[in-house]
Amino acid sequence: MSYVKLEHVTKRFGKVTAVSDLNIDIEQGECFSMLGPSGCGKTTTLRMVAGFEDLDEGEISVGGRLLSSSVKKYYLPPEKRNFGMVFQAFAVWPHLNVFDNVAFPLQIRGLSRTEIAERTRKAILHTGLEKYETAYPNEISGGQKQRIALARAIAINPSVMLLDEPLSNLDPKLREEMRFEIKDLQRKFGFTIIFVTHDQSEAMALSDRILVMRDGVAQQVGTPLDIYTKPANRFIFSFIGLSNFLPATVADGAIYVANSEACGPVTCDLPSNLPPGPRITLACRPSEIELTRDDGIRGFIKQKTYLGDIIDYRVMIGATEVRVQKSRKSALFAKGENCCLRFNRPHFYLQEHVVP
Amino acid sequence: MGIAEILLALSVLVLVVVVAIPVLLILGTAFFVDGHFNIKDVVQVLTEPDTYEALKNSLVIAAGVTLFSTFIGVFFAWLVSRTDLPFKGTMKLLFLIPFMLPSFIGALAWKMLLSPRSGYITKLLMSSFGLESAPFNIYSLAGIIAVETMYLFPFVFIQVSGALERMDPTLEESARISGAGLFTITRRITLPLMMPSIGAGALLVALYSLAHFGVPAILGSEVGIYNIPTKIYERIYQSGGNFSAIRTATILSTILVVSAGVILYLQSFILKAGRFQVISGKSMRPVLLKLRGMKIPLLILSIIYIAITVVLPTVTIFMVGTLKTYGLEFTAANMTLDNIKYILFEWKMTQDAIWNSFYISLAAALVTMLVGTLISYVIVKMKVRGKFLLEFLGVLPFSLPGTVIALGVILMWSGRFGVNLYNTAWIILIAYIARYMAFSLKSNSAALEQVHDSLEEAARACGATHWQALKDIVIPLIKPGMVAAFFLIFLPALRELTTSVLLYGPKTRTIGVAIYTLNEDGETVYAAALASVALVIIVIGQLVIKRVTRSKLEGE
Amino acid sequence: MASVRLEKVCKAYGKHTVVHDLSMTIQDGECFTFLGPSGCGKTVVLRMIAGFEQPDSGEIWIGDTLVSSPARGVFLPPEKRRIGIVFQDYAVWPHKTVAENIIYPLTIQKVTRAEAAERTARTVAMVGLEGLGDRLPFQLSGGQQQRVALARALISRPQIMLLDEPLSNLDANLREEMRFEIKELQKNTGVTILYVTHDQEVALAISDRMAVMDENGVIRQVGAPDDIYEKPADSFVFKFMGVSNFIPLEWRSGSVYVMGSDSVLDCPLDAEQIEAVRSGTLVAGCRPHDVDLSAKVSDNWGVVRRAVYLGPVMDYRVSVGKVEIRAQKDIYEVLTKSCIFREGDTVGLRFFDLKWFREKELAVAAEAAQ
Repeated sequence: MSYVKLEHVTKRFGKVTAVSDLNIDIEQGECFSMLGPSGCGKTTTLRMVAGFEDLDEGEISVGGRLLSSSVKKYYLPPEKRNFGMVFQAFAVWPHLNVFDNVAFPLQIRGLSRTEIAERTRKAILHTGLEKYETAYPNEISGGQKQRIALARAIAINPSVMLLDEPLSNLDPKLREEMRFEIKDLQRKFGFTIIFVTHDQSEAMALSDRILVMRDGVAQQVGTPLDIYTKPANRFIFSFIGLSNFLPATVADGAIYVANSEACGPVTCDLPSNLPPGPRITLACRPSEIELTRDDGIRGFIKQKTYLGDIIDYRVMIGATEVRVQKSRKSALFAKGENCCLRFNRPHFYLQEHVVP
Repeated sequence: MGIAEILLALSVLVLVVVVAIPVLLILGTAFFVDGHFNIKDVVQVLTEPDTYEALKNSLVIAAGVTLFSTFIGVFFAWLVSRTDLPFKGTMKLLFLIPFMLPSFIGALAWKMLLSPRSGYITKLLMSSFGLESAPFNIYSLAGIIAVETMYLFPFVFIQVSGALERMDPTLEESARISGAGLFTITRRITLPLMMPSIGAGALLVALYSLAHFGVPAILGSEVGIYNIPTKIYERIYQSGGNFSAIRTATILSTILVVSAGVILYLQSFILKAGRFQVISGKSMRPVLLKLRGMKIPLLILSIIYIAITVVLPTVTIFMVGTLKTYGLEFTAANMTLDNIKYILFEWKMTQDAIWNSFYISLAAALVTMLVGTLISYVIVKMKVRGKFLLEFLGVLPFSLPGTVIALGVILMWSGRFGVNLYNTAWIILIAYIARYMAFSLKSNSAALEQVHDSLEEAARACGATHWQALKDIVIPLIKPGMVAAFFLIFLPALRELTTSVLLYGPKTRTIGVAIYTLNEDGETVYAAALASVALVIIVIGQLVIKRVTRSKLEGE
Repeated sequence: MASVRLEKVCKAYGKHTVVHDLSMTIQDGECFTFLGPSGCGKTVVLRMIAGFEQPDSGEIWIGDTLVSSPARGVFLPPEKRRIGIVFQDYAVWPHKTVAENIIYPLTIQKVTRAEAAERTARTVAMVGLEGLGDRLPFQLSGGQQQRVALARALISRPQIMLLDEPLSNLDANLREEMRFEIKELQKNTGVTILYVTHDQEVALAISDRMAVMDENGVIRQVGAPDDIYEKPADSFVFKFMGVSNFIPLEWRSGSVYVMGSDSVLDCPLDAEQIEAVRSGTLVAGCRPHDVDLSAKVSDNWGVVRRAVYLGPVMDYRVSVGKVEIRAQKDIYEVLTKSCIFREGDTVGLRFFDLKWFREKELAVAAEAAQ
């Protein structure tokens, strides 16, 4: 039973279609991320769920309650939707201290003084801000400002939390820490999270499921593992993690790297669902390529860069450059040597115009 | 290293001569008689009914102007920045026009329209409604407050609309998602966050009003309503410039300085309180309020406001300037261009005035620009101890009213140190330099700060000496700032009245002085004609600035 | 092409000493990196070599020329040192075109027009900016502006090139690309490079040798990248060079335990190390990649507290008593060997390639953190 439902949602800004026929089903208690490059429509979608933008077509409902519908001409403004939201730049009010910031949504709802104080304190406690209750935002750090935003959002005990790139303004160490904190809060309170980010490692670390978007169109929905190991198309493959795209040809039941047939065939099992046509694209991760003495397609080590734990190789197969990353311990080749390459889990796609 | 110290010393010297000494002389003259500290005379002057009245009026006017300017400024700023009012861009420009026009010319126009005996609107209203006496008396505190408000509200408008436009929209969005409706958001979030800008604008208005000469002079002096600057003027001219009058003037000036100081202190206080980081990094536009039914009425209101406060006075000036005699009806037979021809091509007095204004302002702008650049360079780029002294001296005159600077310059350059420049153009020039140095410093400092050290250092690494780096890198990059400083000073100096009215001699009238004295002498039509010419010059000047600054920006 | 020699160079700002008695030599044609946290003084060293700052004491030599010596009253201004410099903010002059920027050093040197034009064209090609000569900086991307800065620094054939964090304002992909390019340029021109950065990955990728500085400006270790990474001189260097685990140890009933736990260290220690453990001055360090987890629980064991999927790797936090160990495993390995662990799983641990640090302070601090 899906809790958050978007059906055939479309949004246009003038001539530009920001979101196109989007369908999403989110379970209750799920941590659901929308991931994609800037301009892909993820933030617009979040804002439609929040109510700051209204859809042009389609319907949005949460927990069976209709929020917005083009057919029924219905639109519920944000202040009535009862969600918690955390913004990228925190949006913490500088003229109010921490307590007043967190208490604000409770005050709006006209609760009694004692209840406001109690629930505010509870939220502050859950986000570790007890020491800063009377402090003002300009007196505390970025991470703590983010916690104020979180506390303010959970104070009303929302069923859904909307997070708009909340961690991108924090430094890397803090980002990791806050990820865990958000997950912990979700565990304690049980709300559903809709999370927007352009950072794929963040999406993967946090989410139960990820929706990858591009130019307003949904590309793939799945668990982080699925998205990484079984990307539905070339864009997703390149967007998540490092990648190599090699133009390849199929001939006599074997696959060759285009224009480098002399180096031998790509040694791997021919998958059954190979795209049609003599020309295809072979995609593989730098960390999923073996370098051997004589087992595989022939190549030449053009560059070897020491990166500490990892050694980064640039290997030439004919005129095509392939990037290989090996751990320090298994990096046995030196620059200028000949070697052979074996692709562990290659993916195959239609020959396409190169995705930048 | 030696060169840096020399430059520092030179800069300090310039600022001391131009700024510090005049101020000290004023204080000295006010509080010291024959070398002895004398507070008795000071108190006596302050408690005279005349001066006491002037002080009271100053405060009442300033308070009134500040109050109304704040309301009007905030209202229109909100209308233009936060609603879907149509033609917003045009409205914004139109609201800024009062900023460019000299308020004393506005006072002149309103005198012509609402003077109880001969004002055109007064006559119209009286005949339409069959009244026996004038419904409004423009020669009143209320009149002064109204006219000053019309020309000063842009201070508040600019601050608040700028802040509203740059405000981080998520601050309001997070309030919305927390459940607050528009009214609550405005009350609890938007307004409190705007307070620093409102405060800053309001204080600027108060500062300006306290120090203002033109409007109270035209609308108040005739009926015995004085504020401090007009009182100072009255005393000095009544006495023919004798020392006792000057002494009284310095005492009154001290009040001006103190009140200006208090206001600036308050302002820095408010600005510190406005440590809020409300400005967003992303360029997201704030969500606009849909006015719906109120859209057209509010648009009409804005247009009427602009029509009344900007169009009406300006048109009046131009039209009266073409009358053969003041008081005649506006018919084609009664209107002529002869007045304009006369003041431009035949009357020496007005020709001199125009010429004087041009070359004194030009010289002042040039000198201030160059000296300001040098001093800014020392402050921003050089590592010498004692820079704070320069900063302090540079900003000081900014807080001094034009009247005070004029007085200080009189005290210093009327023979005390062997040089007597009184009644010459030089004394006006020196006063302008003192008055506007702060603007030049601000503008040039800002430009210099944009030129990162690494740009100079990169040149050094390429083999350029310090001087070559200055010539090839720094100066080309600060040229726009210097040009901006030039115009920032040239135009205000061209049209100002407050300072030159105390310093002019028979041959050294400025445009502002000429208009004012023409009005005093009852030559209303000529005053209006000259005012029209002044307005045209100012508008052309503003357009030139826009063209020059825009092209500089694009050229980068 | 020249070497750079620093002898007992000191620099203080007020009471704060930033550079302490620094002596070292950068070889002719070497790519040498000063690596350290922000504010550690590495940029000050670069600026003293460039001539934008003067040392309080000591000597600086570029090639055979003494360029700075307060004691002997010698100071050669920057414009006479024949250096090329690339700043973090590129410092490309906004009012000059790309070609005008690059040719500037030659106009100062009063090179003939023909020669200047030829050298500019060659340098422009070297950095891959052909066809952009007439553009103004604001029309270029960050990476292109960086190349303008590089070209401008190279064109006058400097003795040494100084690079002050030139890549930190670029995005990750561009940074990698520019890393290669800088290395290529160095190979082609043979110029000595002094590089300053806080990013250890860049330092590892481009340096022939590097010096690691701590936040007080003290040099902890100098050496080739793989020496620094694999044989860290102390725990600071180890920690700075990448994600690290520190494992405090204790001696109980004849075995070496991870402090405060029932987990026995699976590596054999010699008598001297055991003695150090007993006296509390020995701490083990290892990288997350060098920690193996297995379903078979052994004497060396722990409980998985967090399992986070990060794309190419699986990131585990394993608690061993009160100590938290971080392990990272390549996802392909994890999938093929079917060893995905979940929170709460008990796992066997194996540590590889442990580094040993004898630091009392570290052991004490680790204990205090429990």
